[in-house]
Amino acid sequence: MKKVWKAVIIVFVLLFLYLPILVLAVYSFTDATQLGAIRGFSMHNYVTLFTTPELRNMILGTVALAFSSAVLASVLGTAGAIGAFYSGKKTSSAITAMNQVPVVNADVVTGFSICILLVVVLGVSKDTFIPLIVGHVTLCAPFVFLSVTPRLKQMDASIYEAALDLGATPAEALRKVVIPQIFPGIVSGFALAVTLSLDDYFVATYTKPATFDTISTYVVNATKGAQTTIKTALWALSTVIFLVVILLVVLMNLRAGSKENSERAGV
Amino acid sequence: MEQKENIIELRHITKTFEDGFHAVSDFNLEVKRGEFVTFLGPSGCGKTTTLRMIAGFDIPTEGEILLNGKPITKLPPNKRPINTVFQRYALFPHMNIFENIAFGLKQKKVPDHVIEKKVKKVLELVDLEGFEKRRVSTLSGGQQQRVAIARAVVNEPEILLLDEPLGALDLKMRKEMQLELKAMHKELGITFIYVTHDQEEALTMSDKIVVMSEGKTQQIGTPEDIYNEPKNAFVADFIGESNIFNGIMTGRLKARFCGGEFACVDDVEEGTHITAVVRPEDVILTAPEDGTIRGVVTSVIFKGMHYEIAVESGKNEMVVQSVKAAKPGELVGMKVDPDNIHIMIAEDHTNIFAVEINKSHRLEYNGTVLDTSLTKIIRGSRRSEDGTLLDAAGEEIDPRRIRVIAAIGPGDIKLTDHQDEGLVQGYISNLIYKGDHYSYVIHTDMGQDFVVNDEYLWNMDDQVGLIMPVEKMTFSVKR
Repeated sequence: MKKVWKAVIIVFVLLFLYLPILVLAVYSFTDATQLGAIRGFSMHNYVTLFTTPELRNMILGTVALAFSSAVLASVLGTAGAIGAFYSGKKTSSAITAMNQVPVVNADVVTGFSICILLVVVLGVSKDTFIPLIVGHVTLCAPFVFLSVTPRLKQMDASIYEAALDLGATPAEALRKVVIPQIFPGIVSGFALAVTLSLDDYFVATYTKPATFDTISTYVVNATKGAQTTIKTALWALSTVIFLVVILLVVLMNLRAGSKENSERAGV
Repeated sequence: MEQKENIIELRHITKTFEDGFHAVSDFNLEVKRGEFVTFLGPSGCGKTTTLRMIAGFDIPTEGEILLNGKPITKLPPNKRPINTVFQRYALFPHMNIFENIAFGLKQKKVPDHVIEKKVKKVLELVDLEGFEKRRVSTLSGGQQQRVAIARAVVNEPEILLLDEPLGALDLKMRKEMQLELKAMHKELGITFIYVTHDQEEALTMSDKIVVMSEGKTQQIGTPEDIYNEPKNAFVADFIGESNIFNGIMTGRLKARFCGGEFACVDDVEEGTHITAVVRPEDVILTAPEDGTIRGVVTSVIFKGMHYEIAVESGKNEMVVQSVKAAKPGELVGMKVDPDNIHIMIAEDHTNIFAVEINKSHRLEYNGTVLDTSLTKIIRGSRRSEDGTLLDAAGEEIDPRRIRVIAAIGPGDIKLTDHQDEGLVQGYISNLIYKGDHYSYVIHTDMGQDFVVNDEYLWNMDDQVGLIMPVEKMTFSVKR
C-alpha cells in the first residue's frame, strides 16, 4: 500500500512540473489556433517558426546576445574570482561581499539603473546595443564569479608560485596552470550566464534597441497582440527550447558520469 | 675543505608584513657553492619567509640578496636560476608526470628530444622510471614528493630550495627520503637550502645549520658545532634535550650550578655569570656519596633505547638518560665529565626562578604570597567567583600543569641584615667589585644562586635577606 502512495505522489509531482509544457508541446503539432478542440495533426507552426524572417532574426539575435554577453561575463567573473582569491584577506572578503549584492538585487533595479546611467546620464544611444550588452554582462558576471570561486578554493594555491618558480611569467602561469584547474568552474559559469541572458526580460526591456527583441520581450509583446499564426508558432518555439534543454542536461549528466568512472578506475 | 666562492649572500635582510609583523629581522647569511644549508627553527621563526625571499615570492623590506655577487633582491621568481620543492608538492594535477617535469624546460624552449632525454634521466634519479604517463592523483605521497624534486632538479638550478619537503610523509618514508636527498645532493653538486623544524633531520643532512628564532639568527654552524657548542640557551634547548642551569664561575675551570661545583674545560673568568648546558646522556648516575651533587629520583620513563630519569636536586631538576633503570624516590649521586659541560657566558644576569601556585590559586615563593595578578600572567585567563582560575575557554586551570617563572634583575634586589624582611635568605658565596658597585652571589636556603648588585660592601659568608619587590619581577608561563 505504501509503495502505491509513493508512486502516486511522484506521478503527481512530475505532472505538476511537466504537464504544462507537455500540453504546449502537443498543441504545437496541431493546427489549432487556440487551446481547445484539436482538429488535426500539423507541422505548420514549425514551418512558420523557421521561415518567418522576423521570428528567425529574433531567435538568432537572442542567442548571439546570450553567447557574447556570456563570454564577456566569463572573462570578467573569472578575472574577479582569481583576483579576489590571490588578494589579502580583507580585499578578498570585500570583493566577495560586493559580488553578492547584484546576485540578490532585483533585475528591474539593475536594468533600470543601467538604463538611467548609460542612456540618460552618459548619453549612449540604445541603438548601439552597448546598454543591452553591458546590462547582461552585469547580470551574469557575478554568477560566473560564484561558480569559479569554489574551484579556486579546492586548488592548491601554491601551484601558481610553482609555475613562476619554473620560469613561467605571471600571465603564462595563469594560462597554463591556474585556468586549466578552474576550467570546469568557468564552463558552468558560462552555461549559467547563457541561461540567465536567455531568460532575462527586465534588463532587456530597459536597455534594448527599439527595433530589436529578445525571445522574452517578443513573447510578452506577441501574447498581447492579435497575430494568431505568430502566437501558435511560439508554442513550437517553447517546445524546441525545452527539447534543447533536455538534450543539454542529458549530455552534461552523461559527461559527468563518465568522468567520475574514469577517475575511479585511475586512468 | 677548499675555498669556494659564495653562491648566495643575504645581507641585513628584514621582512615586515603589512600588519606590522616582523617575520625576519637583520638576517645575514653566506652560502658557498655546493653546500647543504638548513634553516632550523620552530614554526613562525621566519625560516619559510627567508626561503620565499630567496625564491623571489616575497620581497625583503630592507637588505640585499646577492646571487654570484649580483643583486637579485627584486628579480621576479621566473628570472632566477633557483627552483623550489614545495611543502605540499604543488604538482600540476591536470598534467601527467612527464608534463609536470617538462614544464620548466618547455618554458625555456628546450628542444623536445632534449626534454625527453632529461625527463627520463631525472626520473631514473628519483627512482620513478616509466611513470611518464601516470596522473598525479594516482601517485602516493612519497612518489609525488619525488616528482616534485625531479621537476625542480631537471632545470639544473644553481640553488635548490626545499620547504619542509618531508613534512607530509610518515616517519619511515621520511628517514628514507632524508638519506636519498643527501645522496642526491652529493650526486648533483647543486647548492641545497633546506627548511625544517625537525632538529634530527637538520643534524642528519646538513653541512651548515642556521638556527632561527623569532626572525633572528641564533647560531650558524656545522651540525657538530650546533650540538656540542650551542651559543645560547635557545639553541641548546631546541637542539636535542638539554639541562640548562644558571650558574657562576667559582674558580679556574670551576663552575657552580645546580647546587654543586663542577670541573669544566671552558676557561671563563672567575665570577662570571654563566649558563651551563648538560646533555641528559652525559649525566652519570652514581652512588649518593660519589656524585658531585645528590638528588632524589622523581620519575623514570622507559624510552626503548634508554631510560629517561628525572632527578630533583634541591630546587633544580636534572634529566638523565641511562641504560640502567632507577627507582622513583631513590637517592642518587650525579657527576658529569668536565668535557661534557658546556659553559656559555650568560647574556644578562637576570635571576630566573620558579614560583609556585598555591591551593588558593595565588603565586607563592618560599612560603610568601606574591601580591600580583595571576590572571594577567596567564593570557586569556580569568578568576571565577570561588577564586579558581579559568582559562580562555572557561575551563579550570590545573595549577600542577603549568609552571610560572619569575625574573628579576640584579639591581632590583636589596640586601638586608634583617633576614625576615627578605623574600628569601642565604649567604654571600661570591663578591666582585665592578667599579661603582659590588656584584654578589647569594646562595639561598632554597639551593639557588641569586646575583645582586649593591653599592655597599658586605662580607663573604654573611647571612642576608633578599628584598625582592614584586613590581620589579616579570613573569612567564611554561606549560
